[in-house]
Amino acid sequence: MHFVVCVKQVPDSSEVRVDPETNTLIREGVPSIINPYDAHAVEEAVRLKEKYGGKVTVISMGPPQAEEVIRKSIQFGADEGILLSDRKFAGSDTLATSYVLTQGIKKLAEREPFDLIFCGKQAIDGDTAQVGPGIAARLKIPQLTYVLNIEEINVEEKTIKLHRKLEGMREVISAKLPALLTVVQDLNELRYAPLPNMIRAARYRPQVWTTENIEVEDDKIGLNGSPTAVRKIFAPPEREGGEIIPGGQENPEETARKLVERLLKEEIIADK
Amino acid sequence: MSEKYDVIVVGAGPAGVTTAYLTAKAGLKTILFERGDHPGAKNVMGGVLYRKPTEDVIANFWKEAPLERHVIEQNLWILDKNSVVKAGYRTKAQDQEPYNAFTVFRSRFDRWFAQKAVEAGALLITETVVEDLIWDNHFVVGVKTGRPQGDVYGSVVVLAEGVNSMLTQKAGLQKDGLNTAQLAVAVKEVIALDKEKIESRFNLEEGQGATIELVGDATMGMMGTAFIYTNTDSLSVGVGALLSQVVRQKINPNELLEHLKNHPIVRPLLEGGETKEYLGHLIPEGGYNAIPKVYTNGVVVVGDAAQFVNGIHREGSNMAMISGKLAAETIIDAHKIGEFDERALSHYQKKLSNSFIIKDLKKYQNASGFFETNDHIFSLYPSLLNKAAEEFTTVDNVPKREKQRRIMELVTSERSKLEILRDIYRGWRVMG
Repeated sequence: MHFVVCVKQVPDSSEVRVDPETNTLIREGVPSIINPYDAHAVEEAVRLKEKYGGKVTVISMGPPQAEEVIRKSIQFGADEGILLSDRKFAGSDTLATSYVLTQGIKKLAEREPFDLIFCGKQAIDGDTAQVGPGIAARLKIPQLTYVLNIEEINVEEKTIKLHRKLEGMREVISAKLPALLTVVQDLNELRYAPLPNMIRAARYRPQVWTTENIEVEDDKIGLNGSPTAVRKIFAPPEREGGEIIPGGQENPEETARKLVERLLKEEIIADK
Repeated sequence: MSEKYDVIVVGAGPAGVTTAYLTAKAGLKTILFERGDHPGAKNVMGGVLYRKPTEDVIANFWKEAPLERHVIEQNLWILDKNSVVKAGYRTKAQDQEPYNAFTVFRSRFDRWFAQKAVEAGALLITETVVEDLIWDNHFVVGVKTGRPQGDVYGSVVVLAEGVNSMLTQKAGLQKDGLNTAQLAVAVKEVIALDKEKIESRFNLEEGQGATIELVGDATMGMMGTAFIYTNTDSLSVGVGALLSQVVRQKINPNELLEHLKNHPIVRPLLEGGETKEYLGHLIPEGGYNAIPKVYTNGVVVVGDAAQFVNGIHREGSNMAMISGKLAAETIIDAHKIGEFDERALSHYQKKLSNSFIIKDLKKYQNASGFFETNDHIFSLYPSLLNKAAEEFTTVDNVPKREKQRRIMELVTSERSKLEILRDIYRGWRVMG
């Protein structure tokens, strides 16, 4: 089995702030990390490799320093990493990014065909959740989003059975391989990497592929290939304190009635 | 694991990185462990880095390292409740290349410095704690990390683990452990402030920096010092006091820092600033008498773990780097003859003894003990000095001879002439 995991380097959101004047993210001096969902994707791929045998390759698009996330993936147990890095990729939106990653994966597949592609459900910087499905659509393979649990892979029949996390329920579903999965964090617990992996990662230098190495059309990459325009980024308004209806201790029935009236008025609950 | 290293360095602070950088550069297979997220993540210092000792390790480092301001002015402020007596030195000589000292942030500088070691060939492993030493027949032959399959073997282990020297103790080199009279606790805030404000408040031009060390009311009279250093667009403001006194007086270090920040003389310097970071750390202040044995079979100890701090002169990272360098030289020589036993590594001790490190620490060996048991020096004299200055600067038609008499009276009412003479004599003995 060949597992391919798409990973992204993102600013550590716990330390990112929005500039109140320009409404843009202050990225300066903010440490970069592997997108947390992607880390769980790598972990899952490595677990499947340990169970079914095979190989885990991670692939990322980003500036040269994004090789850090590849090294991080090696710590988790990935075997190989490829960094798609070229100035021409800069400014790519989700459409262009999914194109570049697809072309990278196609190139990789010439050497080693893949069985399963993993993505995090979304990246914590843009939160769009579009790149994974975009790759699946371009590769014309099944996409299985919000994967919560992988029950089993049937290696002979090339099928997978898994659980998707949906609102208020989970869906158990089977699909044919090759397929693309986007995963949620509940999927697994990240391992504490063994020392040999740490040492291998510290030494590891990923392969870097540029527009020279993969087949891309200039008008589909970078700013040229990105129709998305960001009008405004803003921090969500702080939640205001809720309203408290007093008197619950003394007269619970009357207070409950008042609460229901308010909820009806706000159309939060329906009358009948 | 069958892989073996020439050098295992525990701790990527200034001492450990120096050793790793130099041994890697000499072609020795070097692995460097850091428990933090990245080198510098767990390190704290006030923020003054000296050029000369750093340049002894990396020539022209100041041209590319992440530095804040070069220091052209150093001050000593002796604080009382509402007043200060100041002394300082400002020079144009330190305003030009190659400069004398810089204000820095450890977290940025150490990261850069460690990257240099990596470029020289050292293998840097972060987020990994070294928990124990591996022994073989009275010889340390490796370390145990906290990770699965975490044993690593090497010819020599360099303990650059910092002030909390667990491994040095486990190696039997620091038999009595550490005690609170040998440790200071220091807390610091990084307070963001406009560049222009810093430059006008401290009378600086672009790039220039100033330092202020404060004693007296700055530590609420405890043995210790406080400091204010200018960074590019922030101030490092901190205070350190001997742990035993902090414990005895039941003062939280944070209260000390708040007291300093709200001191009427200090407050205007910080006005309008915003606290960005809060840091705290222990400092080994035991001096010469607290130095452990710094070598044994397969082990050398460098930096804070070896107690190489000169509290009186605000020196620590320079000693860390130079001890790291002397350790590297010893290891490189030992590697040539392939011997890492006590005898081979004892050259490190000899090099230290011939260096300013041991000479300086020896010079002040009785100082901290003296100050620890005579804490009135940090409370009484600053106050008296300020009162004398008050008398001296007030023009009120009193004849000068009368003023001198009043000052003497003031002084001797607090402490007898004999006691003062004894303080001076003893102070001179431990400092001179």
